[in-house]
Amino acid sequence: MADIVSPLPGVFYHRPSPDEATFKSNGDAVSVGDTIGLVEAMKTFIEIKSEISGTFDSYVASDGAPVSPAETLAKLDD
Amino acid sequence: MAISRLFIANRGEIAVRIIRAAQKLGIATVQGYSEADQDMLAVKLADEAVCLGSAQSKDSYLSIPNVMEAVRSSQADAVHPGYGFLSESPEFVRQVEAAGVTFVGPSAATIERMGDKVEARKAAEAAGVPVVPGSKGRIETVDDAAKVAAEVGYPVMVKAAAGGGGRGIRVADTEEELRKLAPQAQQEAEAAFGDGGLYLERAIRAPRHIEVQILGDGREVIHCYERECSLQRRRQKVWEEAGAICLDKKTCEALCASAVALAKDVNYRGAGTLEYLYDEVSNEFFFIEMNTRIQVEHPVSEMITGVDLVQEMIRVCSGEKLSITQDQVKRDGHSIEVRINAEDPHMQFMPWPGKLTAMSLPEEDGVRFDHFLYEGYQIPPYYDSLLGKAIVHAPTRAEAISKLKRVLTGIKLDGLKTTIPLHLALADDPAVQAGAFHTQWLEPWLAAGNLKPIQGDAA
Repeated sequence: MADIVSPLPGVFYHRPSPDEATFKSNGDAVSVGDTIGLVEAMKTFIEIKSEISGTFDSYVASDGAPVSPAETLAKLDD
Repeated sequence: MAISRLFIANRGEIAVRIIRAAQKLGIATVQGYSEADQDMLAVKLADEAVCLGSAQSKDSYLSIPNVMEAVRSSQADAVHPGYGFLSESPEFVRQVEAAGVTFVGPSAATIERMGDKVEARKAAEAAGVPVVPGSKGRIETVDDAAKVAAEVGYPVMVKAAAGGGGRGIRVADTEEELRKLAPQAQQEAEAAFGDGGLYLERAIRAPRHIEVQILGDGREVIHCYERECSLQRRRQKVWEEAGAICLDKKTCEALCASAVALAKDVNYRGAGTLEYLYDEVSNEFFFIEMNTRIQVEHPVSEMITGVDLVQEMIRVCSGEKLSITQDQVKRDGHSIEVRINAEDPHMQFMPWPGKLTAMSLPEEDGVRFDHFLYEGYQIPPYYDSLLGKAIVHAPTRAEAISKLKRVLTGIKLDGLKTTIPLHLALADDPAVQAGAFHTQWLEPWLAAGNLKPIQGDAA
């Protein structure tokens, strides 16, 4: 199991926009560089990209939740 | 002074700036704040503070019902909107006035009129202010396009009359080129909007952004000279100056006079800015829009004129006449402001809302910092990235640039990443030193790798 953490403080989002599907769901393949979510900070949306490959397990931080630097956003099975 | 209790409906550095101006005028202050901002400097400095709602701006600083409730409960007799948020909302102004409270800014009708691009253009033309020459209305045929182009002068830009977003835009340098490009633009407009109608205007390549600071009391209007804000990234100004070195004296006088004429025509009250594009090749300026509020870069105008724009806008909106006449506004020297943003310029300007662990700001004559920082402050991630502004004033532009470099090098903001390295690199750049830039200059400069990573800063 590996964690994807937030590089910055902000608000975490699971979806590219409110009426779209989540970036990843349980069981999805994740490659290096895949976007798994967005962190909004200071009116800017930063794409959170996976630095490892594996299988998506679940989001840890909830959709729309404030997150801190190094906080776990999602878990992968590697 | 008819105002005795001022509500500040804003945050960050401008809230601090407004509180300081109110204190000098002997006015009590009430600071509105969101739940994420209860620790901000303006809350500590104000006489009182009222919570507006949760962190997200739409539930606090942008919520008219919440702000109005706070204004009423605090028994403030005036509201200063700062910039952004509700500062240019006619609906907010109407509700403030309906509650019997003074709005520090122009009337709702003026904000509405100048906020509408078509109406603002009409008002400018009526006041004899040059606007970008273009077709009066839709153009249906290529022959009509060629006829209008001959009147407005090449190069010209044709675009779809029906929509925005850059679809169907073509720039032609000659009639021959226009006759080739206009049908393409028509086809693209037809395909994108189901309407092949075109609009044509003079294309201004590499324009400089020039603006004029004005102050009005509803009858009289004065200007506090011009600013140049051509160094922009993603349409955001990063470095601003007063005055504009690209303008000769005659052009500068005509520019400032045009701004006063337009503001007078709309009986302007408060502080405002008229923005222009300046075409260096033809030495022509064209009005583009008016901002009916105080602007981020107002300090450079204050530095060269000695006028306190925020105090003056509070005075005139309380019903007083302008405290100064035009011939009392003297310009002296050159001023530069740089925006210090919580962004990492070496990492594609990624926002960096960190915690400020230690701070020191150099102090000397002709140096000013407008900011909302203090040691131990955690920058909230919910709002824009502006932390503050470093402003310098010197007899000449060259001296102002050296002073800026010295001052920026002396700033210590531990725990944060800021855009200071960008400003230091700009201050060292020969084109910036020569004043040879325009609004399309900075982004290619960055893309070409002119901002080098600092050794030992291997993030």
